Amino acid sequence: MTTAAAQPRPCAEPAPRVIAVVGNPNTGKSTLFNALTGLRQKTGNYPGVTVEKHTGTAELPCGEVTLVDVPGTYSLAAQSPDEMVAVDVLAGAYEDIGRPDAVLAVVDATNLRRNLYLVSQVLEQGLPVVVALNMVDAAEKRGIRIDARRLGELLHATVVPTVASKGVGLETLRQALDAAVLHGTPAEISILPELRAAARDLAEALRDRGIAISDYAVERALIDQGGYAERRLLQRAGEALRERLAAVREAVGQGKPLSAVEARARYDWINRVVSEVERRTEARPGLSDRIDRIVSHPFLGSLLFVLVMGLVFQAVFSWATPLMDWIDGLTGALADTIHAVLPPGALASLLADGVVAGVGSVVIFLPQILILYAFIILLEDTGYMARAAFLMDRLMRWCGLSGQSFIPMLSSFACAVPGIMATRVIPDRRDRLATILAAPFMTCSARLPVYALLIAAFVPRQTWLGGWVNLQGLVLLGLYLLGILGGILTAWLLKRTLLRGPTPTFLMELPPYRIPSLRSMGLRLWDRARIFLRRAGTIIFTVAVVIWALAYFPRPSAVHDRFEAQRHAVAALPETLRAARLRELDHAEAAAYLEQSYLGRMGRAVAPLFAPLGWDWKVSAAVIAGFPAREVVIAVLGTIYAVGSEVDETSEALAARLAAATWPDGRPVFTLPMVLGMLVFYAFCLQCAATVVTIGRETNHWGWPAFAWTYMTSLGYLGALLTYQLGSRLT
Amino acid sequence: MSRTLADLKPGERGRILRIGGGGPVVQRLMSMGLLEDAEVEVIRRAPAGDPIEIRVMDYALSLRREEARAVEVG
Repeated sequence: MTTAAAQPRPCAEPAPRVIAVVGNPNTGKSTLFNALTGLRQKTGNYPGVTVEKHTGTAELPCGEVTLVDVPGTYSLAAQSPDEMVAVDVLAGAYEDIGRPDAVLAVVDATNLRRNLYLVSQVLEQGLPVVVALNMVDAAEKRGIRIDARRLGELLHATVVPTVASKGVGLETLRQALDAAVLHGTPAEISILPELRAAARDLAEALRDRGIAISDYAVERALIDQGGYAERRLLQRAGEALRERLAAVREAVGQGKPLSAVEARARYDWINRVVSEVERRTEARPGLSDRIDRIVSHPFLGSLLFVLVMGLVFQAVFSWATPLMDWIDGLTGALADTIHAVLPPGALASLLADGVVAGVGSVVIFLPQILILYAFIILLEDTGYMARAAFLMDRLMRWCGLSGQSFIPMLSSFACAVPGIMATRVIPDRRDRLATILAAPFMTCSARLPVYALLIAAFVPRQTWLGGWVNLQGLVLLGLYLLGILGGILTAWLLKRTLLRGPTPTFLMELPPYRIPSLRSMGLRLWDRARIFLRRAGTIIFTVAVVIWALAYFPRPSAVHDRFEAQRHAVAALPETLRAARLRELDHAEAAAYLEQSYLGRMGRAVAPLFAPLGWDWKVSAAVIAGFPAREVVIAVLGTIYAVGSEVDETSEALAARLAAATWPDGRPVFTLPMVLGMLVFYAFCLQCAATVVTIGRETNHWGWPAFAWTYMTSLGYLGALLTYQLGSRLT
Repeated sequence: MSRTLADLKPGERGRILRIGGGGPVVQRLMSMGLLEDAEVEVIRRAPAGDPIEIRVMDYALSLRREEARAVEVG
């Protein structure tokens, strides 16, 4: 609680106040942000870029402020969208945020020099700055002592020592932020005075021509030759300005690139500041170095990596299963209850088979997403994630990606949705897009039931080498490899066509190992869950209801009357036979309804398109129904082949019906080439509304999911076509 | 031919003599503290020999050997 002494001036009139939170990656910035805002956070996107916008509300002594968690960056020299967002937030370029009233710069006390680079740029923005000197406990352990008061004097900013993961220094920080927003004065630091003057002259000249541009935007355009700031300036002021820029660069830099001049000047300034405020007593190797000797050891490290990845994969794949089964059971029980309570008809079916099943198909992903994300956050916050990327970079570069793409790809074997969400760790936009588009090719857990059903029913149980090798297992392995191959080729192709560009740098800090804050982990996990349920939930739910309606309507009374008549005929049968016969009639009735439903008609309408793949209208209708969620195909096949919709991949009744299915001329539908083609189709096709929605959200542009869907569906179709046609000719 | 950061073996230290040219990669390297006169040490290489991990200004940085070739050391 604040005292009168800590709050010398009265609070001002309440007004919307904004504080931008900036800092290098791995400084505990998110932890500090979470500690200040708690659950009062919002997540969105910055317009036009794939950068996530994180804002929250913090309670300061004088009232609430909005904190904007700016993406972690090492410099304001914008080379990536993340960095451009940081520059724009500070400049007040986003209307909904406005120009911040103050900046909170989070600094890692164990690595003051590199962290002060960004701070020195932030200090030139003309805003009041508060510096959180974070992780002072870790610095003390390493024998580093920093004079916070003196540092504040030199920076013209308030410096507050903190340990965000333990909540140390937060109260003082709140008061300092309050003071900065209410009556803080901008830091007046000028590290490159000549450059600054030249930029001001040029900016004034441009403003005279009617181009509204800030001095700082021009300064960055001058320094960052070939960067975002220059491109943006040339777009607005015209290419003719290029010569003028070159002349100013030559005059100020005297032959040296301005970027080198900037770096030199800033580090000279930083070295002066640090020599005055930092005292080092001893430099003994920390625990982190000792851990690294094992973790990054060429052999032990690789072994550990395989074990860790095995654990992550295993966890996402199998730990989630009981929870998913439980959710599945719950939605099933809920649907049964609805059918039991409500009279049979459209309403009961809408609620049970549309709403409950639709919501269930979304919620069922949640255990996998949460488990995977818990691991990712843990790996990130402990510092292992960077080591994993370090180990895997060479291998991933081989298919045009980078080390950071590995974990998203691995996760996608469980489910592409969390895998795609995990691509946020990839800093380069093109690498990230390529990974997002390759991820859905990995064999996810929803493909497995479809594979299992078709393989068990139609691939011969041939074994070799005394049962060690069996054909069914080989086919399954082949499908996994096919998915991997599809993903690699897709990434490779994209990086050479649509996403072509210079190889991104792999400059990545390998942060010291740290114990993560559970509270911060929990808040981030909650954030992921919320985003998924809200964004994916609404759209997938709608799609599920639409598919339900297509499969349910119309309901001609002729079908009903026909089956009622047959039920009356059954009444004469003995008790023992009657129940079984009635159930058969129920299933046959469901099949008859589906046959003339809109979905059935669609199946018939598109059947000619799928005929070259060897599919009849029933298979076509089931595949169409599976577009929102591929595993649904089994339930629809169950209904169409009149064995009931409660079948799963182990259902022998369904397998037997499929095997017996024939074309009108008596040829079997499910031949081996047709089944193999169907498997190839499922290996490639993007039949998952959750993935489509997630791609849309993560790329922030609907063009990408549309492209992914079209591309993967075409690939699936062509693959199935080729397999069936070639297979039919060979057999 | 002078030595570059990419030629240093794990455990070897060097002082940066020159950092080649301009361009975004070099700008990024410099803003991360790889400047003339700075001390660098190669800590280790990834299993395939690439990327490498170096220590500069009290922190560990990984970069690809291709990027390390821009940094001349003595």
